[in-house]
Amino acid sequence: MDLSSLIVPVLLAATAVYALSKKVDVYGALTAGAGEGLSVTVRILPALVGLLAAVYMFRASGAMDWFAQLLAPVLEVLGIPPETAALLLVRPVSGSGALAVGSDLIKTYGPDSYLGRVAAVMLGSTETTFYTIAVYFGAAGITKTRYTIPAALTADLAGFMAAAFSVRLFFGT
Amino acid sequence: MAMAWVWTIMVALSLVFGLCTGRIEAVGTAALQGAEAAVELCLSMAGIICLWTGVMEIMSRCGLTEKLAKCFRPLLRRLLPRASGDTETLAAVSANLSANLLGLGNAATPLGIRAARRMARGTEGIASDELCRLVVLNTASIQLLPTTVAGVRAACGCAAPFDILPAVWLSSVLSVTAGLLMARLLGRLWRT
Repeated sequence: MDLSSLIVPVLLAATAVYALSKKVDVYGALTAGAGEGLSVTVRILPALVGLLAAVYMFRASGAMDWFAQLLAPVLEVLGIPPETAALLLVRPVSGSGALAVGSDLIKTYGPDSYLGRVAAVMLGSTETTFYTIAVYFGAAGITKTRYTIPAALTADLAGFMAAAFSVRLFFGT
Repeated sequence: MAMAWVWTIMVALSLVFGLCTGRIEAVGTAALQGAEAAVELCLSMAGIICLWTGVMEIMSRCGLTEKLAKCFRPLLRRLLPRASGDTETLAAVSANLSANLLGLGNAATPLGIRAARRMARGTEGIASDELCRLVVLNTASIQLLPTTVAGVRAACGCAAPFDILPAVWLSSVLSVTAGLLMARLLGRLWRT
């Protein structure tokens, strides 16, 4: 038995039992949260339509291959598969854009392929850096961000490299 | 605005490349296919996303977020020693981190902003080392269950969409560590 197949049932049951023991209206909370999830999905749909249209065009025109080839030597040194080049470029700028590019990779190569897994781990272990920085410093009234952007981008790059590395480690290529 | 540029450049480059490679017909069809694929993807991952945001809501209502927050305090005292002196900032930061861990983005951001505003007091618009560290921590994803990605994988016919969890956790830890180390290094070099 695969340990990861336990995660979903155990998490669902343990959360429900614990919450009920704390007298939480488990089902009410579940449906309220699910409603919020639906609004998240609805909110990303328009962005996804626009971006996937552009990504598909970009790929069909051959531009994607050209850029991937251009970046390939650099990425290879870092151990990152060049097919993910577009994802790396979009990830820090747009969350829904990265989701569109990433899901396209997962769909094209298959969710259980090496590339599909790397794309999924990249999406799961990095954030929309520039958006976060803008929101936090904007709200706090900070204009001099000093070294925040280089440090945050270092974290992103490390995340991309680590994604490729950890998928190789746990699943092989 | 950044996305306006990204989108326009992508579409314009597609036109140029399509004309050069003689694949312009495919480019036109691809635009329509992309829009269609977006709706399909959204519909097929809506269920799993809703289920998990529901579970996260249960977790936050039964006090799990606060429990997590308590575990973080010793760690935060070392990472943000000055901010931790103020109990309210410490509470906001630890709640921010635990909401991030549970993937409650909507809850995490206002909490983090509250902490950031308190930490920015009297700094005249210049980010302090600790504020930089807090923001770096928030730009790196530390979500325990990447539910959206799992939704995408499930929508693509994956039988065990969460089998990437160990890989996601390892990458998250490496990424956050790299970001914080870089912040510490640059903080020494970058005197205000």
